[in-house]
Amino acid sequence: MPQRDRLVPILLVVSGLMLTASPFVIDTAPYEATMGLVQRIFYYHFPMAMNMMLAAIVCGVASAIFLFRRRERADHIAVAAAEMAVVFGILTMITGPLWARKSWGVWWVWDARITSTFIMWLVFGSYLLLRRFGGAGSEVLAAAVGFFGMMLVPFIYYSVELWRTLHPGTSVVPSLPTSMGIPLYFCWVAFTLLFVALMSTRVRLERSRVLLERAYRAVED
Amino acid sequence: MGILRAAWMITRKDLVVEVRSRELIYTAVFFAISCLLIFAFAFVQDGRTVEHAPAGILWVTIVFAGTLVLGRTFERERQAETLRALLLSPIERPAIYLGKLFSLLIVLAGVQVVLLPLVALLFGAPVLRAPFMLAGLLALGTIGFATVGTLFAAMLTRVSSRDVLLPVVLYPMTLPALVGGMQGTLWIFAAEPNYALVQNWLAMLVFFDAVFLTLALWSFTPVMSE
Repeated sequence: MPQRDRLVPILLVVSGLMLTASPFVIDTAPYEATMGLVQRIFYYHFPMAMNMMLAAIVCGVASAIFLFRRRERADHIAVAAAEMAVVFGILTMITGPLWARKSWGVWWVWDARITSTFIMWLVFGSYLLLRRFGGAGSEVLAAAVGFFGMMLVPFIYYSVELWRTLHPGTSVVPSLPTSMGIPLYFCWVAFTLLFVALMSTRVRLERSRVLLERAYRAVED
Repeated sequence: MGILRAAWMITRKDLVVEVRSRELIYTAVFFAISCLLIFAFAFVQDGRTVEHAPAGILWVTIVFAGTLVLGRTFERERQAETLRALLLSPIERPAIYLGKLFSLLIVLAGVQVVLLPLVALLFGAPVLRAPFMLAGLLALGTIGFATVGTLFAAMLTRVSSRDVLLPVVLYPMTLPALVGGMQGTLWIFAAEPNYALVQNWLAMLVFFDAVFLTLALWSFTPVMSE
């Protein structure tokens, strides 16, 4: 598809430029009263976490479509999204502790949101392990993992919340002052564009891989 | 033939196989006891069990032994080449799932019957403090674990390196059930028990079990077709 071929470089350039500009945009935001400079990690941490969630939802929906309808394209999207979820999850869990160390004084806290993010990351990690080492026929299995993984989210969230809570709640972002909101949404858009670019590249790669494998098998037969 | 009747026939077949060989129950109970021994070295100091440890010991042991049993129930079918026969039999797929689930639950209940008094005896867990709540937590937690576990163990039979992949997939997936069982048990065993919290966890487990049983029944057919 030639159109998408052109779309990916455009997305990459735009998100690259936005990310390059992001330190300057973040610099326009005022210092947060209690946390100071370190609070600025938030402008990267939050978009990364949101993209991880987005990837998890995409993977879950695509897995369900593949599981019940057997659309091959859905499987390619699910693999790509699972990888994105793991990558953005790692980034979230690197930026999170850096911030936590400064503002809470510890690297890691077993609070509801952090623990559930960690569990989600494990679920999509197991999805990738399954595809990598499961051999033939593991796509269907992995699809079940992706589908169940998505359905788990509310339970993980509820169970960990019943267990304990310290992380800022869901009400923080809408209540931010505009001066902090602009850089946040700027970074969010930049990371989401990057996410879309990486996703479509990975989906295409996966489709080429499948086609190549099929061609190999045809030659062998 | 009704689904439940077909499921019961599969359960009975599995139980007959198990009663004749006693492979699962012997290995699982023995394995659970060796786990308890290892926990004793970790969580007993100066002859006293560390506070809050018994609930964790109980559940981690159940999960480890459960993983062993889960892997084996389907491996047995695969080795004897009977899985295909089972899938070809003129019954609905969900019946196979339910049959396997019931037999698994019966074996796991057998393991727990041995395990619970041992945890009480060796680690001083007050298992008789709220017997019905504890039984409820054990039953619901195990059902949650087995519901998801049966589905994934069944699927993994057709995949290479299944022994390694089963725990990798199973533990993150069944975590809400395990957290529920473990935390509920912890609040029963605590120095100051909090029964309101235990009830919260019980409610969460009922909900989890219902949702995941439905999902597993729903997805067992597409997953096991081909």
